[in-house]
Amino acid sequence: MRYLPLTDIEREEIKKTIGIDDTKELFKSIPADKSYFDLSAIPPALSEPELIAAFKELGRKNSFQEYLSFLGAGAYAHFIPEVVSYLSAKGEFLTPYTPYQPEVSQGNLQAIFEYQTMMTMLTGLDVANASLYDGGTAAAEAVLLAVRKSGRQRVLLAESLHPEYIAIIRAYVQNLPIELVTVNLNKQDGRVDLRDLQTKLNGATAAFIFQSPNFLGLVEDSGALAIASHQQQVYAIQVVTEAMSLAYLRPAADFAVDIVVGEAQSFGLSLGFGGPYLGFMTAKEEFLRQMPGRIIGQTKDLDGKRGYVLTLSTREQHIKREKATSNICSNEAWCALRAGIYLATMGKEGLARAASSSHLNAAYFVKKVASLPHVKVVYKRNFYNEVLLEIKKGTASAFLAVLKKNKILAGVPLDWFYPDVTNRVLLAFSEVHSREDIDRLLRLMGECA
Amino acid sequence: MIQLPQLIFEISRNGKIGHGLGASKVPAEPALDSGQIRAEIADFPQVSEVEIVRHYMALARLNYSLDAGFYPLGSCTMKYNPKINEKLAAAEEFQAHPYAPHDLVQGNLELMIRLEDWLVALTGLAGFTLTPAAGAHGEFTGMLIIRKYLQEKGDPRRVVLIPDSAHGTNPASAHFAGYEIREIPSSAEGIIDVDGLRPYLNSDVAALMMTNPNTLGIFEKNILAIAAALHANGSLLYMDGANLNALLGVVRPGDLGVDVMHINLHKTFATPHGGGGPGSGPVGVAAHLLPYLPVPRVVKDGDKYGVIYDSPYTIGRIKNFYGQFLVIIRALAYLCSLGRENVRRVAEDAVLNANYIRKKLEGMLDLPYHTATLHEVVFSDKNLPVKTLDIAKRLLDYGFHPFTIYFPLIVHGAMMIEPTETESKETLDEFIAVMDKILQEAREQPELLRQAPQQTPLRRLDETLAARKPVLKWRKGENL
Amino acid sequence: MALENLLFTKEHEWVRIEGDSAVVGITDYAQHELGDVVYVELPALGKELKKGDPAANIESVKAVSDVFAPLSGAITEVNGKLGSNPELVNQEPYGEGLLFKMKIKQMDELKELLDQKKYEEYLQGIAGE
Repeated sequence: MRYLPLTDIEREEIKKTIGIDDTKELFKSIPADKSYFDLSAIPPALSEPELIAAFKELGRKNSFQEYLSFLGAGAYAHFIPEVVSYLSAKGEFLTPYTPYQPEVSQGNLQAIFEYQTMMTMLTGLDVANASLYDGGTAAAEAVLLAVRKSGRQRVLLAESLHPEYIAIIRAYVQNLPIELVTVNLNKQDGRVDLRDLQTKLNGATAAFIFQSPNFLGLVEDSGALAIASHQQQVYAIQVVTEAMSLAYLRPAADFAVDIVVGEAQSFGLSLGFGGPYLGFMTAKEEFLRQMPGRIIGQTKDLDGKRGYVLTLSTREQHIKREKATSNICSNEAWCALRAGIYLATMGKEGLARAASSSHLNAAYFVKKVASLPHVKVVYKRNFYNEVLLEIKKGTASAFLAVLKKNKILAGVPLDWFYPDVTNRVLLAFSEVHSREDIDRLLRLMGECA
Repeated sequence: MIQLPQLIFEISRNGKIGHGLGASKVPAEPALDSGQIRAEIADFPQVSEVEIVRHYMALARLNYSLDAGFYPLGSCTMKYNPKINEKLAAAEEFQAHPYAPHDLVQGNLELMIRLEDWLVALTGLAGFTLTPAAGAHGEFTGMLIIRKYLQEKGDPRRVVLIPDSAHGTNPASAHFAGYEIREIPSSAEGIIDVDGLRPYLNSDVAALMMTNPNTLGIFEKNILAIAAALHANGSLLYMDGANLNALLGVVRPGDLGVDVMHINLHKTFATPHGGGGPGSGPVGVAAHLLPYLPVPRVVKDGDKYGVIYDSPYTIGRIKNFYGQFLVIIRALAYLCSLGRENVRRVAEDAVLNANYIRKKLEGMLDLPYHTATLHEVVFSDKNLPVKTLDIAKRLLDYGFHPFTIYFPLIVHGAMMIEPTETESKETLDEFIAVMDKILQEAREQPELLRQAPQQTPLRRLDETLAARKPVLKWRKGENL
Repeated sequence: MALENLLFTKEHEWVRIEGDSAVVGITDYAQHELGDVVYVELPALGKELKKGDPAANIESVKAVSDVFAPLSGAITEVNGKLGSNPELVNQEPYGEGLLFKMKIKQMDELKELLDQKKYEEYLQGIAGE
């Protein structure tokens, strides 16, 4: 078998060298009645052509590719330049281990250092780590970080956070002495109810965590939220699920937000049915020593040359064990490297173009859809690239079914997350949508009145 | 002489374009206030596509990689990453949006069930969740499952027992799950023995986290008795499956009394390490723990595949969407390629190779534990005229990536070597010859080791400086 | 540095008594074992500690070490220089690399500390192991 280089002759030579006759002797420490179990339940090997055929067969059972998609809600289709796939697929980037031997890992170390730098440029904050698993777990890690740093045990969660993110935060703190309190959204404008926040903030609160653009697609008044939080010495944590927004909206640092975490899948990662994605964390300098995850730093070598190393490792589990800032070991390093290649390739101008196209497409849709009487944009102000649409005639499911028949996935129905909300859908727009795509969506929406 | 590349920000020039995205064709009518829209991002890279390729090719040349050579890192299982798996994982027909309606992604859902079926067959456990993103994430998930199970029985208990040879993620994961850690010492044989365990067992103990084989490469042969003692005490046995490569197709952890275990797809199942991730850490459980698995859970319903998003006893959701799907594709492809004819060979060849290295090096290096070795062997720096670090750095000069150093903590100057089954005997002989040479240099010209590496583009980077004066990003105008 | 005026603990802290206060640092043996110090986490001013409580935290590149309160009392001063110059702990463990000062709550706890001779005997004992 091509992944097993030892020949039978070599196996015999090795057995002779180590002094055994039968391979089974290698496993004599394993209880004999449990060892060498019956393998007949295991499928036979597939040759390479058979493997390809088997996976083609599986692929044929998927038909999503035939649809024009406006799905978003935490994962976004964006255009990925070919060089990003070409370069990131290279064995020199894909197959090394974690760069614990920096002398032979400068490629990955420098690439991630560049990624860290670009993430801080986008959010305006001081430091970035080298990745977390995804946006949801990054949000949970931010909550734990705020609790550690402040010594306070209570955290406020905005109702308008992505429901999966709320679920992950709850799962992460379920056995810890941390109290989670929800801050309501104001149904009038779809954003955090500032009055409710102010009532709930107090001196026992570690942090207020909110999302912007929020789950309904709306840009929050981060400045007001951060100011209110800081009045009680509460950290303001912003979650971002659509990283592209960082290249269009004013940076969090302008609003004195303390920590920005989220999902960077939009930066060059395939939708990939949900993973692997890329959790990111950026924060003000004061949080550095409490940050979870690996961090790359610059240094000099013996001859004075500039180089990069994993640093501040004493935060991590392999040194601090149960006192570590997180249990994370393997992260999303390759995804961060790929995101770095994407950001560098798109560059200042390309990223700005993709980010503004994403908004302009949504704005175009909102303007044109006003002429359809049977649907209504719920929040016409403050959206970035996602639009919440109310179906005035019939249910959201029925509406989506008709469009699906016409090979369009016209968004995510809100009742997937909020079972009582049966008449709303969330649509996402990006630079991958041509004007014709949006016109087609509008036309078919018009036809299903 | 390799030139060290500049940073992307240093080769950036105003006006250069790297992308091929066309102009938007909708009216340029933003619906946000100008006060909500940012100014351009100062100093963001502006580089042509040509220079992007040159830059990253230069970086690639600075990396040692598994494709290029041997990585004998203990407990990492750096085995060959099959290339057909890369092609399959990149196929367009699998790249669905995670919220695509289930009827449009039946292939993807079936794929996940197929991997779960494979893992059940190989481990003897009752079911797997594929959602955790890495081994540590799996450990945390497993600890949450244990705690919820015991909570439902009336007492979650307070303590988790962890051997002194354990990987740092074990106590960290247990801690974040709300447990206190009590460390138990390994015996003189390097394993846990039941008599040594008994004094620690009381009504406070929720579980024991055992790596098997352990980080010394030694099979925890008392596992059945240990599991019995734990279960009699109302506690559970968690197995860290990082070293499953030694057991694949030979024994099933479910047959040895294991209640919960995580596995590492990026170790045993040949998915690429990517310079530190992404991994994937599926968690398997015995039947009594199935209700506690996290959501979402992919299920087969007749000849259709569906997803459960909530269940009465689930620990909840620990990851966005379904998990590391593209990593899962690679692992399934790997297993399908191995098949029943070869799964056992993986463990046999891995253990043969490790024992071959042990036999050849035990004359040259101190072997602290003489117990039988499975897939990895640990030597110490006892009686050596140089430090373990110096040997590791000298290996770089000979074109080898070093083994794992200074872990496990219970061995002084530990050198942990795991060759895996995907290395040829020729490579092993070459490695052994180089080790022989280096140890000879250690005796006769130790300065060669202390000054090593000499052949790499950079040498002995100053980690003290990096930690004392952290520079964690490029800043315009600043230069070291 | 006149070591004979200092008292020591088995955790390798040194103590200099100044009236009803104690100045605390780590010994040369300890800094040598730790390697290059990269970061020192000092206790908050006013913090009340019992003898044996973790008081401070010293990080080298590859390790972290707790520093325990040699006596019970409240922290009155911390060494502000260690923020930008943690290497002082290595270079002058008994001088500029001192860690903090505390008010002594129970003078009779001093009896439990080792004098220089006993500390050196203790070090020799460790070396012999």
